[in-house]
Amino acid sequence: MSVAFAFESLRDTTSRGRKIRDRVFLGGLWAATLVALLTLIVLVVTTYVDARGKLNFDLLRNFPSPFPQDAGIQSALFGSLWVVLTSGVLSLFFAVGSAIYLEEFSNSSNRLQRLITLNIQTLAGVPSIVYGVLGLAFVVRGPIGWGFTVGSASVVLTMMVLPMMIVASREALKAVPPSLREGAYALGATKWQTISRQVLPAATGGIATGSILGVSRALGESAPLILLGALAYVSSNPTGFDSDYTVLPLLIFKYATEAQEEFRAVGAAAIIVLLVLLVVLNMLAIIIRDKTRKSW
Amino acid sequence: MSVTQSEAASLQPSGRKLRQQRMERVIVVFLAVIAASGVLITTGVVFALIGPTIDFFREVKITEFLGSTRWYPLYEPPDFGVWPLVVGTFFIMLIAVTIAVPGGLGIAFFLSEYASPRTRRILKPLLEILAGIPTVVFGFFALYFISPNIASKVWPIGEVGFYSGLAAGITVGLMILPMMTTLAEDAMAAVPRALVEGAYALGATKREACTGVIFQAGLSGIIAAAVIAMSRAIGETTIVLLAAGSDAVFSFNPGNPMQTMASFIGFAGMGDQPTDSTGYRTIFAVGSMLFVITFGLNVMSRKIVNRFREAYE
Repeated sequence: MSVAFAFESLRDTTSRGRKIRDRVFLGGLWAATLVALLTLIVLVVTTYVDARGKLNFDLLRNFPSPFPQDAGIQSALFGSLWVVLTSGVLSLFFAVGSAIYLEEFSNSSNRLQRLITLNIQTLAGVPSIVYGVLGLAFVVRGPIGWGFTVGSASVVLTMMVLPMMIVASREALKAVPPSLREGAYALGATKWQTISRQVLPAATGGIATGSILGVSRALGESAPLILLGALAYVSSNPTGFDSDYTVLPLLIFKYATEAQEEFRAVGAAAIIVLLVLLVVLNMLAIIIRDKTRKSW
Repeated sequence: MSVTQSEAASLQPSGRKLRQQRMERVIVVFLAVIAASGVLITTGVVFALIGPTIDFFREVKITEFLGSTRWYPLYEPPDFGVWPLVVGTFFIMLIAVTIAVPGGLGIAFFLSEYASPRTRRILKPLLEILAGIPTVVFGFFALYFISPNIASKVWPIGEVGFYSGLAAGITVGLMILPMMTTLAEDAMAAVPRALVEGAYALGATKREACTGVIFQAGLSGIIAAAVIAMSRAIGETTIVLLAAGSDAVFSFNPGNPMQTMASFIGFAGMGDQPTDSTGYRTIFAVGSMLFVITFGLNVMSRKIVNRFREAYE
């Protein structure tokens, strides 16, 4: 009896005013969460509804065009593949190389390492359009002078995703337990043998996941490429690094700025293609992460 | 006991070992060069910006740059008053942060104190998807959904046009919402659990634990997150370029079209500026401003975390 009484009085300490404030607060939290969820749902649904009439093979087969009835995305699709694959390979090489140096061959008392780490932090916060300005000055014109080409775009996107991919690769190397390295040393392996035959294979999953996320960022990026000549109707697929090009995000941008209402459907259809590619990439990352997950 | 001849020989590195050692040294140098290339990029950014910016200020008086409110650098005759860009950048950033910071905090509170593990498992991947949506897609969404259905309905003062700073600001806010959520969650996760449990033991409700303990103890991280969100909003180009139009209108009413520093760079890049023109140099002058501002905000964010962190353990 006295126990029940005690519980009763405990419950009463939550006064009515507090209860109301608790409810209002929770309501606010729900509202914030719903805003995020609704944004995602409405964005995908309205885009799909806009795109419905245009989602067919003609969209993939036709080239970009200022006439909505035969406007497609072929050269942008191939342009995106060229640029994203090239910058993916380049940035993987630089990111893994940097990460190995920073994690395996130096420590935080090393001045070069501190300088590089500070740089990566700085670069990660630079707005992407600034990479476009850099590319315009150094890669498109100036010392490299590569013009508005697949090569220029790949170089600039590589610089842009590099900081993020270095961080991911370092995390992957850090996750490899020291005992693995010590085991290799105990068997007489040199440092490089240990890294190349034990540490890197063990870190593959983490590195692959990080790179795929970097590649998806490159695939969706638009701002710097505006300055690098991708904003044009290109009626042929790239044939090499010197080709002119356009990419999916920039073609979507171009279609969005066309005055004719019919372009809305074409732009929306191109968005659906871009989103499907991104979903495929992310699923790949999840599969690799699950397949290579090890417990040490 | 003396070492025999053959034993001594085996202690000497063999030719193969020597070659291996030399190769390893080459590899280390090679990796160091690769790692240093990141530094080259930063140096490149700074140098790419600095030269043309100096040239720009040789041609345009700084008094006009800071004293005029007309920004028509690509017209003839040009005007180089930067204030419309500064005001546009500020307003769009303000609208975006007004949405993203409280929204992100709310979702982070919800995820850390209220949501069941099952709800979390559903919500987190959805937020990740939202975070991964390209900005050009958000720009398209701003143009065809936010502008006609949201921006034109919620603004109390005056008409909202097809292109408006308001539509751009709202969309940028929604775009950075997932990032703000993640950063706020990290800041809240850094608060020792014992503090929160202590509050519950004293009879605090979940709301009181959130606002009285988690928010206070995680404040430095939360402020740092808000500063990062500001920096992201200032640097956003594509959404603003699509949704806020291409006129640098000097106005304090976000119902009007607006241009930000970032969207001006994009706009100028859409036309081919001859390398030796003032228009071309304008890109770099505005780029320098943008770089300095975002860089400053990022450094500030790091300083806030380091200086005001409450060390509990």
